[in-house]
Amino acid sequence: MDVKVTVNGETYERDVEARKLLIHFLRDDLNLTGSHIGCDTGNCGACSVIVDGVLVKSCMMLAVQADGATIETVEGLAKDGELNALQQSFSDHHALQCGYCTPGMLMSATALLRGNAHPSEDEIRKGIQGNLCRCTGYVNIVSAIKAAAE
Amino acid sequence: MLLREVEYARPASVEEAVRLLSEHEGARALAGGQTLINVMKARAASPDVLIDLNKLADLKGIDLASDGTVSIGAMVTYTELMESAEARARPILGEVCAQIADVQVRNRGTIGGNVCSNDPTNHLPPLMVALGATMHILGGDGERTVPAEEFFLGVYMTAAGPGELLTKISVPPGKSDGFASVPIGRDGTCIVNAAASVNGGVRLALGCVDAVPVLLKTSSADADAVRSAVRDANLDPPADVHASADYRRHLAEVVAVRAAAEAHGKR
Repeated sequence: MDVKVTVNGETYERDVEARKLLIHFLRDDLNLTGSHIGCDTGNCGACSVIVDGVLVKSCMMLAVQADGATIETVEGLAKDGELNALQQSFSDHHALQCGYCTPGMLMSATALLRGNAHPSEDEIRKGIQGNLCRCTGYVNIVSAIKAAAE
Repeated sequence: MLLREVEYARPASVEEAVRLLSEHEGARALAGGQTLINVMKARAASPDVLIDLNKLADLKGIDLASDGTVSIGAMVTYTELMESAEARARPILGEVCAQIADVQVRNRGTIGGNVCSNDPTNHLPPLMVALGATMHILGGDGERTVPAEEFFLGVYMTAAGPGELLTKISVPPGKSDGFASVPIGRDGTCIVNAAASVNGGVRLALGCVDAVPVLLKTSSADADAVRSAVRDANLDPPADVHASADYRRHLAEVVAVRAAAEAHGKR
């Protein structure tokens, strides 16, 4: 099937099998490998992207379902090689170790801060509930998001 | 994970969706996909054709009638229900949806998908039974309605049969409702859950203890009456890595009493 999407401002058109998950389409067809596949069961959130303004796990959506959609991935956050405030805050607060969960964490935090510019710690924790980090625990991630919101 | 090969159809109307579902034996409706896509990865389900309901505006609305009845389109997401002004007429709806999984799942998971998958650990089957909801099912012969307590037939089985589609759920007016659960981690899968509604009579439904929600017989929301109603139900719950049958039976009393007390307290 023909699928046309806009990802981080760029339009792509590809012929896609119906069985292809959105995460594979982004990574394999569009070579946007920032979004990760962690568990492939909908639990870990490493594949989180924003589709038409809505945060989703791209391993639980078919690429053909994204036809016509505007998608934001982690590659769209930095502008001209400059980290955005949230990314810089993750770096400043040591909010990552291996970094595998980071693309998903950043997209969840981006979606959270759009709807709630000054979230409480509880709201931040609820906002990243769908994202698992197996290295650091969540303390520095929460601090980074909190600092970015200030 | 690469899914098995599957055909994909995006019907333009609810009628076309019903027609496609009845034409293809291996067809399955694709709602939010937060369950179905994962069971397809595991090959636990291998539909030949997916009928995507996501573009059907007729399945999307939430309406509040003048008598207080809330009608929820089957493709309304948990997030939409949580944020809906109309759904606030029955606050328990949004409160329970806020306990399901996480932001991403709530953004795509749908009310219709939750009840039609009828996983016994889901939140909404016991809630719909306790609230006395009515399920609207469209098939080739037109629409029929089924009370929630007759909708759930078995594990992963409901009254919406092959070639049929759940289009909407109507929830009667009321405010005195409660929900309690023991989940695996915050907002995780439920080990046992219970929903209660004390609007006129007492309606109390248990989840996770049988293939379908268990509607308890009790005329009182009082803790002793609720406990004995749970015992009288002679539950034979499943045992798994999370809980033995005995422990589930014990938790059933605990969450039933909590849900009933919450509902009673809002009177």
